[in-house]
Amino acid sequence: MSISAMLKRGALGAMVAGAMLASASAQAQSVLRFVPHSDLKIVDPIWTTAYITRNHGYMIYDTLFAMDAKGEIKPQMVDKWTVSPDNLTWTFVLRDGLVFHDDKPVTSEDVVASLRRWSARDSMGQKLFSFVKDLSAVDAKTFRITLNAPTGLVLLALGKPSSNVPFIMPKRVADTPPNEQIKEYIGSGPFVFQAAEWKPGDRAVYTKFAKYRPRSEPPSGMAGGKVVKVDRVEWRIMPDGQTAVNALRAGEVDIVEDTASDLLPVVSKDPNIRMFDQNPLGNQYVFRFNTTVKPFDNPKVRQALFYAFNQEDFLKGVHGDPKYYKVCKALFICGTTFETQAGMADKLESNFKKAREMLQEAGYDGTPIVLMHSTDLQVLTNLAPVAKSLMERAGFKVDMQSMDWQSLVARRTKRDAPSAGGWHAFLTSWVAADVLNPVGTAFLNSSCDKALFGWPCDERMEKLRDDFARETDPAKQKAIAEQVQLRYLEVPTHVNLGQWYKPIALRRNVEGMIVAPVIALWNIEKK
Amino acid sequence: MWGYIGRRLLATIPVIAVVAVLVFLMLRLTPGDPAAVIAGPSATEQDIVEIRDKLGLDKPLPVQFARWVGGMFVGDFGESFFYKRQVSALIADRIEPTLSLAALTIVLATLIAVPLGTLAAWRQGSWIDRSVMAFSVLGFSVPVFVVGYLLIGFFSVKLGWFPVQGYQRIGEGVGGWLHRLVLPAFTLAVIYVALLARMTRTSVLEVLNEDYVRTARAKGLPNRKVLLYHALRNAAVPIVTVIGIGIALLIGGVVVTESVYNIPGLGRLTVDAVLARDYPTVQAVILLFSLAYVLINLAIDLLYTVLDPRIRY
Repeated sequence: MSISAMLKRGALGAMVAGAMLASASAQAQSVLRFVPHSDLKIVDPIWTTAYITRNHGYMIYDTLFAMDAKGEIKPQMVDKWTVSPDNLTWTFVLRDGLVFHDDKPVTSEDVVASLRRWSARDSMGQKLFSFVKDLSAVDAKTFRITLNAPTGLVLLALGKPSSNVPFIMPKRVADTPPNEQIKEYIGSGPFVFQAAEWKPGDRAVYTKFAKYRPRSEPPSGMAGGKVVKVDRVEWRIMPDGQTAVNALRAGEVDIVEDTASDLLPVVSKDPNIRMFDQNPLGNQYVFRFNTTVKPFDNPKVRQALFYAFNQEDFLKGVHGDPKYYKVCKALFICGTTFETQAGMADKLESNFKKAREMLQEAGYDGTPIVLMHSTDLQVLTNLAPVAKSLMERAGFKVDMQSMDWQSLVARRTKRDAPSAGGWHAFLTSWVAADVLNPVGTAFLNSSCDKALFGWPCDERMEKLRDDFARETDPAKQKAIAEQVQLRYLEVPTHVNLGQWYKPIALRRNVEGMIVAPVIALWNIEKK
Repeated sequence: MWGYIGRRLLATIPVIAVVAVLVFLMLRLTPGDPAAVIAGPSATEQDIVEIRDKLGLDKPLPVQFARWVGGMFVGDFGESFFYKRQVSALIADRIEPTLSLAALTIVLATLIAVPLGTLAAWRQGSWIDRSVMAFSVLGFSVPVFVVGYLLIGFFSVKLGWFPVQGYQRIGEGVGGWLHRLVLPAFTLAVIYVALLARMTRTSVLEVLNEDYVRTARAKGLPNRKVLLYHALRNAAVPIVTVIGIGIALLIGGVVVTESVYNIPGLGRLTVDAVLARDYPTVQAVILLFSLAYVLINLAIDLLYTVLDPRIRY
């Protein structure tokens, strides 16, 4: 055999061996294919409050604190912290071994910059920072928050599970002005975002961050050890619910986050698929008023709806099967710290006689209520027709106008008269994690023009929310939360219409899914 | 001929200009605000105003239009509001799946429909003819997404022969590319086959009654030759016209088929962009579709001269 032939044969052998190794490595690589509830379009979780971006944030960033399965705030990146006797100085020390995906260590400078940017965008962050006199790095691992008055918000805000989550980014990224989107996607979380493989509308890819050091505690909610047990997670974007379900049944994907209610019976009968109630707190439906226009500028008219409505009709109208919903009159989610039934005994029972009396007392003149009806989101579509029916039985005139959700989202920001392109009311839903307390519940914000669309205006409510923020004693916080609920019934900002749940559908070989208010893809393995 | 092509190409300019104005105005007149969509559920009014300002949506419509058109002259179709990428890059990324699906659909449809239509004409009144016509009616009547789900349910979920969804780039292997595209292309081809088979049948029937076909038969040519060389060739002009018209159907069908089969092509991009009110993306994609439609019609017109030497431009 000539040397040239030997070389050729050797090269061929090496290529074959290489190909076999590559193939073996590809086979060994475990890939979790996950269908998220929507497309990942924006990747800055501080710039937008979109839930999909928040979920992306949890993949690649870590948080200082996190909420566990019991709703308690636990340290995550923080190792230990101390509070001065006057409750004004909070000193935090970061855990050892925290590194960003570019191998640079996480420092307190990064934390300070990240918290500043977050506080400029997030409503709870803004509230917390109204108490902050100084936020500074003491050394590479220690940072300090100095308050101008004691507040119970420090841990609640730093450990808040939902948008905007105070994710920690490198200082150079966090220095991006808050009203501009970041351009670098580096975190210190359990997964690395593969930006080059990100194809909006198709897929987003994350790989295991080998240098991530999980906490030693078992995972619980968003807290505890974030141990990654797969090499790669692919988010497969599938806007069509039926296609996602078909792909799951055929084994082409492993987890479908959002399964349409009408497909749940089909999916749950498949022997290869199981349903998992990942978020037992669920979500809360709400009816939102525009308090700046007649007749909803009159609190008495708004109160009448607490007598006209009952939660069961709304929940049944969308979900049908009672295992996917729960009647819960408490404003702050049943089963959580600030749940209270105060003032609710005779409300939300569809007492039409009482509702009519209240409308008469309020002098309702029969102005048609422009009720915006979103038609393209399955979990919302049936709500407005139910509301219309109940309102009409209580004596309201209702002009229900159908539109797609994006049109509704645009129209709800308009302050025009309802007859000229404005609105009176619409229905929507919040993730329970967003409505757990008086400060976090965005619809309770009653600061007039600064409040969310609907623009309620109530000094007393704002004072109560401030009191809650200032209070550090959990028992007293609970008492204030009760007062907030009573005030909410007097001067309603919205009507809470019960809790609903949507289990996640996953292949039976997927194990380790965590019960949490936000979907968490660590701890999962494929058997 | 070249003069004709030049004139036709020049004529596309006003067509595209009208489309541009219409698309721009229709999008702006459609309810919805991209800034509110981008800002998310808890955004304040101020957040939305800031985003609107950043996107230039607070500017008067003529200014926005002038900016967009001005950009197009230098090849800049703008940046997607959501993806923060150049629209041209987004389109470049998505065009391969759509072209693949469209091309395979046309090939499949032609290969199925022309023989079926010809056979139906040849056996007029027989069970074959009636079956083909019944299929045509069914093909027209059943929506594309229903056909898609039925095919997925049977061939993918039940039999496991084809993937349920997704696309594999042709560069990653022709086998995989074809395997993933067959079912979507067949789904999209159903309506196309219905249209084309019916048209082929009618055209061939007309030609079969012509004197020259009778002469061909009289001189003893076999049926196959009579059909292929005399009947079908002379029936080709209306068939090719229908193929051209069918491109419009195809564009609409691609949008649905790509959603059902989760193919990341221009159809899906259009749907996502419309739902999110991503104006620059919708504008560019619709302009592209319009341009494609105009050019395909031109190509069909030119093809007439090949099929029928009597036609001259």
